[in-house]
Amino acid sequence: MSTGALPGSVVAGSGERDFGVYLHVPFCSVRCGYCDFNTYTATELGGGASQANYATTAIGEIELAASAMRDVGLPQRNVSTVFLGGGTPTLLPAADLTRLLDAVGQAWGLSDDAEVTTEANPDSVTAADLAELAGAGFTRVSFGMQSAVPSVLHTLERTHDPRRIPDVVTWARDAGLRVSLDLIYGTPGETLDHWRTSLDAVLALEPDHVSAYALTVEPGTKMGAQVRRGLLPMPDPDDEATKYEIAAAALAGAGYDWYEISNFARTPADRCRHNIAYWRSHDWWGVGPGAHSHVGGHRWWNVKHPRPYAERVDAGQLPVAESETLTQRQREDERVLLGVRLADGLDVGPDLRGRLPTLVADGLLEGDPASAGRAVLTLRGRLLADTVVRALTD
Amino acid sequence: MPPIATPAANARIQPASTPPELLRNFCIIAHIDHGKSTLADRMLQLTGVVDARSMRAQYLDRMDIERERGITIKSQAVRMPWQVGETAFALNMIDTPGHVDFTYEVSRSLAACEGAVLLVDAAQGIEAQTLANLYLAMENDLAIIPVLNKIDLPAAQPEKFAEELATLIGGEPEDCLQVSGKTGVGVETLLDAIVAQVPPPVGDPDAPARAMIFDSVYDTYRGVVTYVRVVDGQLSPREKIRMLSTNATHELLEIGVSSPEPHPTQGIGVGEVGYLITGVKDVRQSRVGDTVTNAAKPATESLGGYRDPQPMVYSGLYPIDGSDYPVLRDALDKLKLNDAALAYEPETSVALGFGFRIGFLGLLHLEIVRERLEREFNLDLISTAPNVIYQVTMEDGTEVTVRNPSEFPTGKVKTVTEPIVKATLLAPSEFVGTIMELAQGRRGTLQGMDYLSEERVELRYILPLGEIIFDFFDQLKSRTRGYASLNYEISGEQDADLVKVDILLQGEQVDAFSAVVHREKAYAYGVMMTGKLKELIPRQQFEVPIQAAIGARIIARETIRAMRKDVLAKCYGGDISRKRKLLEKQKEGKKRMKNIGRVEVPQEAFVAALSSEPPSGK
Repeated sequence: MSTGALPGSVVAGSGERDFGVYLHVPFCSVRCGYCDFNTYTATELGGGASQANYATTAIGEIELAASAMRDVGLPQRNVSTVFLGGGTPTLLPAADLTRLLDAVGQAWGLSDDAEVTTEANPDSVTAADLAELAGAGFTRVSFGMQSAVPSVLHTLERTHDPRRIPDVVTWARDAGLRVSLDLIYGTPGETLDHWRTSLDAVLALEPDHVSAYALTVEPGTKMGAQVRRGLLPMPDPDDEATKYEIAAAALAGAGYDWYEISNFARTPADRCRHNIAYWRSHDWWGVGPGAHSHVGGHRWWNVKHPRPYAERVDAGQLPVAESETLTQRQREDERVLLGVRLADGLDVGPDLRGRLPTLVADGLLEGDPASAGRAVLTLRGRLLADTVVRALTD
Repeated sequence: MPPIATPAANARIQPASTPPELLRNFCIIAHIDHGKSTLADRMLQLTGVVDARSMRAQYLDRMDIERERGITIKSQAVRMPWQVGETAFALNMIDTPGHVDFTYEVSRSLAACEGAVLLVDAAQGIEAQTLANLYLAMENDLAIIPVLNKIDLPAAQPEKFAEELATLIGGEPEDCLQVSGKTGVGVETLLDAIVAQVPPPVGDPDAPARAMIFDSVYDTYRGVVTYVRVVDGQLSPREKIRMLSTNATHELLEIGVSSPEPHPTQGIGVGEVGYLITGVKDVRQSRVGDTVTNAAKPATESLGGYRDPQPMVYSGLYPIDGSDYPVLRDALDKLKLNDAALAYEPETSVALGFGFRIGFLGLLHLEIVRERLEREFNLDLISTAPNVIYQVTMEDGTEVTVRNPSEFPTGKVKTVTEPIVKATLLAPSEFVGTIMELAQGRRGTLQGMDYLSEERVELRYILPLGEIIFDFFDQLKSRTRGYASLNYEISGEQDADLVKVDILLQGEQVDAFSAVVHREKAYAYGVMMTGKLKELIPRQQFEVPIQAAIGARIIARETIRAMRKDVLAKCYGGDISRKRKLLEKQKEGKKRMKNIGRVEVPQEAFVAALSSEPPSGK
């Protein structure tokens, strides 16, 4: 158990780091078999933790967070990005989401050009909700589409009707929101044609931004158990590699540039700045049960279950479960580990530049930036990024 | 009450002044598990030298490994009084090692005795190794007392096996004693029979002293303790002794008998068995089979039969953690003090780093040494597949001795010779076909076959030693449901069409996987090893060919397909710590990788590839 007090070391260099807020909404109407995020389907979790008063509790943490940052001497910074994730944020009334955003603004101040995103489930969102959110200051919505193929959605235990996607995209665009669509590839049983169908469906909707994530089977999930018992095959990394290559080609052909391994945008302005802040080790406060935070080389994460979370916040304490202050070496490892994933690439220090030619020769890095000491992944390198990271960290 | 010797009778059998006619020197020949140690324990109790309170099971087997495996590695001698009628006798029980690797030690122990108790499990009958030791005892003209043990077991068939023993040693089934080491039944009768049937030792008390070393044990506190049987003359405290094989002289710091704890005495005389302490620190200075004499009045003729222990099986031992190399070196230096047969020299492997090439008497010896290194010195070790010594003669006449497959010469080979063994296999007759199939698969030549009884058969084979050192014994046991037993002795050399098979990873030879195999089995070995490595070596970012080759000729090939994707897409809701820890774990894992060229091979792959399957490709 940690008191959540920040170490003084977080202050140094804060002027060069953006500050963002992640708001976790730990509720879903159903739990998908592959999902290992911290989320609950019950509306009432006891001890004052419920969907109904969740926003109030989270606002409590926001206020505690702002004063903790003041106490340690961090200068005031407007929030440049806000991201509501889950769970299913849109399971809460739009009014609750608006209240959360208002609280962020009151606690820290919101930049005029702030990027404010919410994840949304195509099932649980209406045109009115989206209009209300846009009016409240939301600028972006990310729909968990995952696939356009019913059998794949069934394996993922996604309940939404794929035919609803064009409607929600239209509503969001009409409300003035930037639209991102999320896809998952590598689901057991998904053929290459299924995957192409999903990509075609996405491109036909002309979203501003596309995320394509390979399915990761986590041990603690229902799908993990199904794989272990042999009821579902383990996703094949070769198949996932092929699907990534298909996606990269299709998206590039339609004018979507990759800016991070799993993320593609139509223009630089369409990139998700909140996401980029993670990869660039900027500062962000994660609000909500199980949420992770990073401020100036100090990382921590909140208690996972909404009930003890609510109890801690209600008692006026930061609900921190554990924290770690990174060593210089760990910060450098993270800089490489995260930064190399970006299309803008990573500056490689003089000691390790000698390793770049081999990585270029192996087809993992682009040659031109490498000769200037910058690591930019090739298509092959994007798939083998862990190999590149290992080569550039020891 | 058993006839424990009375004080008056005991006075006549004091060490150094016991008339030879009151001495009986015997050993017990038995198979592992046939109850030798339990019977010996019962004798110690019945003769009163160990009371029930201080009795621990298998008193004579000192090392943990011996006790756990229920086998005896090092023999010992115990002096026990036993009274028959009015006369007390001093019985010396000389415990013999119970395994095929220690035949030479067995032969020296037998040479120290006039009689042998042939102990056979009444539920199982005689085993191959017991049979071999029986023949050895008979060749030494020992009086053989056949005894069936474990007659308390429900499965005991004493009549059946008494007949088998009678056939073997030529006698009547009724002569076979029946005992239970566990309950003690029949053990007194056996002690009486030893007095009655084992001849007393004969020697010249006035001749220069000659005593044969039949065991030599290193003790941390006392240095080397040497067990001898005096043949002629007498050895006394504080005199100078001389070893006839080396002419080295030593001061006798202590001389005594074991009963079973050491008791210093005023010396030991003709026919007696006892121990010597000279202060030497290495059993090599006091070798089994050597003759001890008095330095001032030395005998000129040795007792004969001395032989330097010759390693027959070689294996490379490497610490898994390279920084343990000095620990391994010190550990070997310590084990060597107590093991005259252990031979080793430093060796470097591209794949495994720094280690030692170690020579062993045989496979059990290898296992015991390895286990002691791991247990007593807390070492994690990789051992390469064991191999025998090959003599290679080149077309140009040069000769090369190959103790490590990587030493096998390239170029034009004229002949290769390999050591062979005479093997004896005993099994129920239903397994004859199975055994023949196994032995033929290992290039065995059948020399003869005899029925010990209707149900049990003895098969005699000539087999290449190299073919039986890997898993022959395990195969034999599993194919005969544990009923077959094996004994072998080294029996010279033969020419054979042997080749070295190399394993190449991306064109780089992996020295640890080279093996010398018969040409006909080279392909099978290559296919087996490349297939196994394909499973064990993780995919790399490039394609990795695995080849088996004889010289420049590739005989088998597998390919590890290139890994196409290792990146994780998600960032787990900002859980960067998890990602970083994964990287740290990967980097930790990379440290334990060995690089063969550019291929990263996990240590576990070497361990797994080297440990399970034989080089024969079976």
